[in-house]
Amino acid sequence: METRHLIKRAKYKTTAKGSGIPGVLEMTKNKIVFKPNDPTSVTMINVDFRSIKGHKNTKEGSSNPPLINLILDQGGSYIFEFENFSDLQVCREFVVNSLAKSGEGLIATSDRPVVASHDEQLSTAEMELRMKLLQENSELQKLHKQFVLGNILTESEFWATRKKLLDGDSSQKSKQQIGFKSSMILDTLPLHDARTNKLTFNLTQETKYQIFALKPAVQQAFLNLVPNKMTEKDFWTKYCRAELLHFKRNAMAAAAEAAEDEDLFIFLKDDDILASEARRKIRRVDPTLDIEADQGDDYMHLPDHGIFRDGSKEITESQHELYRRTFLQDLNRQGEVVLEGRTIDVELDNPTKVAEALAQSRQESDATAKEERLYRTSRMTEMEDLQAPHDHPFAPLFIKDPRDYFDSQQANALKTYDDTRAGTEQLSCSLNTEEAYGFLRSSISEIKAMGLSAHMVRPEVALTVINGLTQNISSTKYQLGKNVHESVLDRLPNTTKEELLHVSGPLDIHSRIIEALLVFISNHYVVSLCQGEQTEGSHVKNLSAARGNKGIGSLRAPPAGFPPCSSYASGSRCCFPTLRVGFTEENGKGWREA
Amino acid sequence: MASAPSKLYADDVSLLVVLLDTNPFFWSSFSLPFSKFLSHVLSFLNSILLLNQFNQVVVIATGCNSCDYIYDSSSATSTDAESGRMPALCSDLLRKLDEFVTRDQHLGEKDSLGPPTSSLLSGSLSMALCYIQKVFRSGPLHPQPRILCLQGSTDGPEQYVAIMNAIFSAQRSMVPIDSCFMGSNNSAFLQQASYITGGVYQKPQQLDGLFQYLSTVFATDLHSRTFLRLPKSVGVDFRASCFCHKRTIDMGYICSVCLSIFCKHHKKCSTCGSAFGQPQSDVPSASNVK
Repeated sequence: METRHLIKRAKYKTTAKGSGIPGVLEMTKNKIVFKPNDPTSVTMINVDFRSIKGHKNTKEGSSNPPLINLILDQGGSYIFEFENFSDLQVCREFVVNSLAKSGEGLIATSDRPVVASHDEQLSTAEMELRMKLLQENSELQKLHKQFVLGNILTESEFWATRKKLLDGDSSQKSKQQIGFKSSMILDTLPLHDARTNKLTFNLTQETKYQIFALKPAVQQAFLNLVPNKMTEKDFWTKYCRAELLHFKRNAMAAAAEAAEDEDLFIFLKDDDILASEARRKIRRVDPTLDIEADQGDDYMHLPDHGIFRDGSKEITESQHELYRRTFLQDLNRQGEVVLEGRTIDVELDNPTKVAEALAQSRQESDATAKEERLYRTSRMTEMEDLQAPHDHPFAPLFIKDPRDYFDSQQANALKTYDDTRAGTEQLSCSLNTEEAYGFLRSSISEIKAMGLSAHMVRPEVALTVINGLTQNISSTKYQLGKNVHESVLDRLPNTTKEELLHVSGPLDIHSRIIEALLVFISNHYVVSLCQGEQTEGSHVKNLSAARGNKGIGSLRAPPAGFPPCSSYASGSRCCFPTLRVGFTEENGKGWREA
Repeated sequence: MASAPSKLYADDVSLLVVLLDTNPFFWSSFSLPFSKFLSHVLSFLNSILLLNQFNQVVVIATGCNSCDYIYDSSSATSTDAESGRMPALCSDLLRKLDEFVTRDQHLGEKDSLGPPTSSLLSGSLSMALCYIQKVFRSGPLHPQPRILCLQGSTDGPEQYVAIMNAIFSAQRSMVPIDSCFMGSNNSAFLQQASYITGGVYQKPQQLDGLFQYLSTVFATDLHSRTFLRLPKSVGVDFRASCFCHKRTIDMGYICSVCLSIFCKHHKKCSTCGSAFGQPQSDVPSASNVK
């Protein structure tokens, strides 16, 4: 920054609006001197730059005349009006430079030569912030180079207009954590130079960390092999060779190489750690959810709804499936890792440490997970009609299930119009009024004569009726897709079904059904026994016959005078505390186990 | 003495009003003979009375030309002595039913419009609701009423308005209407009735197991229904009949004032008298004329 001696014509004003005193403004390195034209005028200003705190100026393009306002330390200001804006600019720069020089600057210790060493008071943090901003934003850097190094603007000027950037950045820094880049997968893939036909693997520390995060099998192999069996360089060389084979998309060659070299085999085959993790995750998914189903499968039980699938588009497996890795799989894996974020907090310098830390973070405890999974499964397969009503302190938001509408339209979809049918029906009635009434009366006298028979319903008919009525009863809220008529337990995988059925206590679904039914029957059975009538008894016998082949066992009558059970509503087991009902073969024990 | 009945008065005491369809034209051409049907129903009524000593049963017969009370279990004991083959309930009921059928026939003879196609469901529903209202006002302890329609004949669209009014008043009094429909197609009115009032609609597939249907589904009292899951109906046919011709329609015109349904475009609503399609500008111009 050269010192310049600046002389310009200017007018001195005390206020911005008044007319000024014309004169000459002279600026040197240390001070400003204003001499009015009129020698008789008293005003002469001799101001040291040191006592000038700051300056303001009017902007070009506005309707204001070109003014510069020098603000003094002690308060008060000098306003000078120039003839044109270019004069103003020159003066302004001079003022700025002089101010900058006269102030005490902090010498920044950085390796970036662009930043001015003598500057206004700046904290180290702000310097770093500025450097960071310059580093990140190349355009900003260009501008900075252009203006500041080209002596057009000073540093402080440059940053004054970009105050927002500085402020915004500092507030952001504290909250966010930087995760993986979304282009992670590209970093770990080799760069293919088509001209020279070369593949370049760029393995920085960050890339190695990314590879470990993406492919846990590679990380495991790293831990096993380095430094025991091979050096790190060898390891990465082998890895690159494996990637080369993948890049060539030749499954057969990959198989051949894998057969030769055991270590390559690890890199080439599917990541088994990932596979086992995936299996574990699938098991955690709600078992009543049909993963294959989609919207087209919904309402298949209604005509004209749903998409018919005949399985003709199934994927066929090839021989070398193990060595074929699809880009889609890689993308999915990357998405997963990016969403997980950086799970470890280790310096990236030592790959071994990184690998170990990653391996540790992957382990999970098994027992609690299993319990949690079981709990969630039972929550999903619970039958809402067997649960006690939840007492909400608020009214839950009730949005109708669209399934209700479609189920109700099933009747309309299947039937024909009533009117035409009804018409034909009535016409086919050949009897006239007299005969019809006569027929009715004769029926009445017939039954009067006959009386009521004890066996008006045959047992097998009763059984069919009961089965028909109860087949749709047990259902869960969460039956999605496919046929609503299937029992929810049948659609679960076998292991889950076994678990659900044999876990004792509140998770035993079928025993709860049977219990509720028994309690209902028992109440009425007891009452009817006291009254001594047969009809109710036959009703119960039919029911127990219906359930007999499912293993309830014998229902014995309670001893006479047994009071009716009043706790049926709460579902507690008052009369038969030791009744165990297994779904398979166990016979039910009697009312009380003596 | 007052405390003893209230102690025994559990929460599942029910008053069941059974609406029995006695349309002779239907029963003469139906697969299940009327006598068999009656035997099922009588046993069912018996079992209802046995479920709880405070249960009450009222039977209303739905004829083609009239409706009447056939049986009331809370009335005084029958005049007929119990015969060996059936309890007093049955013989009483059958006698009254016989008398009703005769009366109904006489009423029908005076009518020259030809044989009626449907039974008067609206009439019997109204009578049932009146009886239930009487029970509601009988005191603090009363059974929980519900209505069971044993219907076979098809809906008469001319009764649409009356039936819907009865349904809404049943909904208002919280009286569920269960329906056991034995005809060939589903009855829209009964489906709507059960849907709106929260009752059960059932169309038995096997008619010789009718007693099993009745005792499994329709014998449950209102308290037990909170924790028993009864069979779901297939769906509800929400079709209405038009107010002008009493034909069943599923698309029509509705008066925006009183919601009456018409099948054709009308200039004026016959129920509330509001005129349709009159432009707004007519009104201020009329008032400006002085």
